[in-house]
Amino acid sequence: MSAAKNPGDSRLRRWLHVGFCAAVLFFLVAPVLVVIPLSFNAEPYFTFTEGMLRLDPDAWSLRWYRNVLEEGRWLPALGKSLTIGIAATVIATTLGTLAALGLSSPAMPGRGMVTALLISPMVTPIIITAAGMSFFYSDMGLGQTYTALILAHAVLGAPFVVISVSASLSGYNHDLNRAAANLGANGWTTLRRVQLPLIAPGVFTGALFAFAASFDEVVVVLFIGGPEQRTIPREMWAGIREQISPEILAVATFLIVFAILLLAAVNWLRQRDYVRA
Amino acid sequence: MANSLTNRRLRAALLAAPLFVFVSVTFIAPLATMMMRSVYEPVVAESLPETLAALADWDGRELPNEATFRVAGMEFIALNERRALGSVATRVNRLESGMRSTMLGVARELANDPPAGAWREAMIAADEDWAEVSSWLAVRRAGERITPRHYLNALDLDRGAAGEIVAQPEDRRIYVTLLLRTFAISAAITGICLLLAYPVAWLLAHARPSRAGLLLLLVLVPFWTSLLVRTTSWIVLLQNQGVINDLLVALGILAEEQRLSLIYNMTGTIIAMVHVLLPFMILPLYSIMRTIPPRHMQAAASLGGSFWQSFRRVYWPQSLPGVAAGSLLVFIMSIGFYITPALVGGRTGQLISSMIAYHMEQSLNWGLAAALGAILLLLVVLLYLIYSRLVGVDRMSLS
Amino acid sequence: MIPGNSAKPGRCRGCSTVFGLLLALSFAIFSTAAGAQTLTLVSWGGSYARSVERAWVEPFMEETGITVRVEDYNGGLAQIRAQVETGNVFWDVVDMTTPDAVRGCDEGMLEFIRLEDLPPAPDGTPASEDFPPGSRSECAGGGIVSSTIVAFNNELFPGEKPSTLEDYFDLEKFPGRRGMRRVPVVNLEFALMADGVPLERVYQTLDTDEGVARAFAKLDTIKDQIVFWEAGAQPPQMLADQEVVMTTAYNGRIFNAQILENQPFTIIWDGQVQETSGLVIVLGTPRLEIAEQFLEFISSSESLAAISKYISYSPTRNSANALVSTHLDTGIDMAPHMPAAEQNMRRALNSDWLWWADNRDEMNERFAVWLTR
Repeated sequence: MSAAKNPGDSRLRRWLHVGFCAAVLFFLVAPVLVVIPLSFNAEPYFTFTEGMLRLDPDAWSLRWYRNVLEEGRWLPALGKSLTIGIAATVIATTLGTLAALGLSSPAMPGRGMVTALLISPMVTPIIITAAGMSFFYSDMGLGQTYTALILAHAVLGAPFVVISVSASLSGYNHDLNRAAANLGANGWTTLRRVQLPLIAPGVFTGALFAFAASFDEVVVVLFIGGPEQRTIPREMWAGIREQISPEILAVATFLIVFAILLLAAVNWLRQRDYVRA
Repeated sequence: MANSLTNRRLRAALLAAPLFVFVSVTFIAPLATMMMRSVYEPVVAESLPETLAALADWDGRELPNEATFRVAGMEFIALNERRALGSVATRVNRLESGMRSTMLGVARELANDPPAGAWREAMIAADEDWAEVSSWLAVRRAGERITPRHYLNALDLDRGAAGEIVAQPEDRRIYVTLLLRTFAISAAITGICLLLAYPVAWLLAHARPSRAGLLLLLVLVPFWTSLLVRTTSWIVLLQNQGVINDLLVALGILAEEQRLSLIYNMTGTIIAMVHVLLPFMILPLYSIMRTIPPRHMQAAASLGGSFWQSFRRVYWPQSLPGVAAGSLLVFIMSIGFYITPALVGGRTGQLISSMIAYHMEQSLNWGLAAALGAILLLLVVLLYLIYSRLVGVDRMSLS
Repeated sequence: MIPGNSAKPGRCRGCSTVFGLLLALSFAIFSTAAGAQTLTLVSWGGSYARSVERAWVEPFMEETGITVRVEDYNGGLAQIRAQVETGNVFWDVVDMTTPDAVRGCDEGMLEFIRLEDLPPAPDGTPASEDFPPGSRSECAGGGIVSSTIVAFNNELFPGEKPSTLEDYFDLEKFPGRRGMRRVPVVNLEFALMADGVPLERVYQTLDTDEGVARAFAKLDTIKDQIVFWEAGAQPPQMLADQEVVMTTAYNGRIFNAQILENQPFTIIWDGQVQETSGLVIVLGTPRLEIAEQFLEFISSSESLAAISKYISYSPTRNSANALVSTHLDTGIDMAPHMPAAEQNMRRALNSDWLWWADNRDEMNERFAVWLTR
């Protein structure tokens, strides 16, 4: 009848489609992975040396990893990133989970507006957020402090928690609340014993997202952080801007491994969520 | 029953309240501060109250009278003793270059040698710029507490001698061009992302679950990888002595001196930004497409439509919410993108964000940075409103 | 209930271990920052910062037992202003160009440095007569005279080599990319000099709109071939990587690459622009006393001359010039490598710091516009 019925045509289309997708996925993944072998370069170059291609063991080395450990800026930077990230995640997760519980209730007044407001930090261009916060915290006398950075990262991370927990709750049957109440549980007990266990995977997923967002955030750190708040992304930013040494690639490799671990954790949690639901 | 509904409402509202307050204080308040900074410049007004009061009645055509010279001179001296004249002078200097040393110089001379009576002569003797009407106009304009100046500047406009609005000289216009460029590039990036993402999301959504999971991983690994790492990768790949150029030269496609300039220009910005933002397009598309039963397409095809016809009539409309969500997300992230263009954009690959950062960090012209930010924010809010009208905020989802 | 309880202690032990580790980690981080007797000196990084460490910081630490931490920056007042305004001063002493110091001083961000407090010259001349008049900000002590020059990589010019400032702007005679600092300072002067404006008329010309336009027009002629740099350590690296064929650079950085790394670089002294810089104390530092002690220490004629044992920058005091001798690591005579050496001074411009203090904002803005066009 028509072109769609022509099997040759549809097979061609299918191959084109798969080929196209393979190219796009290659474009997505290859650049991330290319950094890893280059971080073992024995020479201070950013490209594969002939020795590396010949798999000459002398052309490969761990010298940049040694540099990262020995040079005094990356380990403190890791500590600062973790401190800020964990503190921000705790705040974001606590507040975000509570808010998601409230938003999921059919009785929530003005839900659309409130959701829009709570999600807004995630959908505002970061340069605007960072500029606003820079003015605000310097007016408050909190410029260049850890407090300001933790608060900033917490508010940027909270929407992830709200969304992730809301997703977990979307299948939640609110009759359970009433059933618990009929059995004599007060609101707090219901929350702790009925709702929280059900949404735990969503909470952890949201927390991981919030942490990853903080751990990778650099614009706000640049605008409101002082000389003390030199986190890993900020050190990388300075390193790339000034003289990009293969040391950066070693740190990048570490961050890639870290990202893969986070991803694995999220996937594992999602499967648990799925099994429970 | 009504009572219990009130209770449940109260409980829900109380649960959401802490984050609501937190977001209001740590996010909305900063944005409000920014809006205020874009129009409110109190420093000069607060530092030179008497001078500005005297200048308020001045006609602006001939030099001010002796009394104005005297209060101005005295206020300059007093401020300089408190080391506060410099920041006032810097602000006047933004309206008229040279005013910084004109003000500081006269304060120093007058303090060393206070004039007995004739302040006007003494000030003009100290610096003849005080005999220029334009110097006084600059002081008066810098003293406006509420000023549209930053918005005018952000739109490449300025005020003329008589206060009328005029265009900036041609060689100083920049922001309108940059804003338009930012929008054009963001739209292009959104379009490219959509073109690349749509077929991939389709494949993911309708593949066998085991294979889909594996393919999804290929999207999620870059999604979770640090932005700085991905930007670094592109520097490594695209630079003049980088992997791609080396490869092309080694394969004999390019001669040594023909190496391509793939980075530190707009090409670099676009390639790297598409890479960074592509997962933000694929994931919303995927989550919507997963809900579209493949049967619909098959049914349409069996009714005799060609593939493209049934796609256009059946599949595309159902995938639209994903298209809208992904496009909005990518577009909004693009127009505020700073890190990647700053690192790989070189001279020609910069967006409006680079000027905001420049005024925040280098020139310290925070009012102008705030005005640029406010304009951008306004546009984002507009987009967001249009989106929520069309699609609804509830569809926003991570994956 | 019961199984939940039995699982808890184990989980909590894990928690507390992690928590303890974190505490220890954050303690390690914060304790390094909070040392009361640690002075933070902020300087320009790279081989210059190493010279500062060896010439000034190490002798000072040895003499006083005070720890000095050296950090890098790329100039500008933004971070200092933020620290002064919020009252959180982390940077105690900052190495700064004179126009920045003048502005920072005027805007009340820096402590005054009185010359009477600085040590006299070896022959007893008081410091107030030893610093050339008008060469420093009232808030700066110590410091160096450095020069921005054009340098090239010999290997890229097998035939005729560039020798004048005009050659930097001559793409026909010497094709290839040029490195340039991403600021208007010095570059506008270079452009005008190469366009035929005599030294003594450079700033007069820049005072007019047409003059500025003329400078930018000259920069336009090479615009497509410019690779911009921001940190002083970048230009030698760009030359070594052959990313550019010539570049503007600080003379001391090129000197160090020539001497210590045997790089085949040549400095074109023709058209050099000399700038002074000095060390300033950030207003409101809680470590004012040791900061002043440090400034006093490094402002002696001997200390100022010592920097030239490591890098080819001239001292700011007259009496220190006589103390300049040889490079410590290689023993070569430093005099011919100094910006002020007679054979290097045939066409040399002194940067007008007052002009830049007044016009920096406007020029920066016009430069930013020019960049994005």
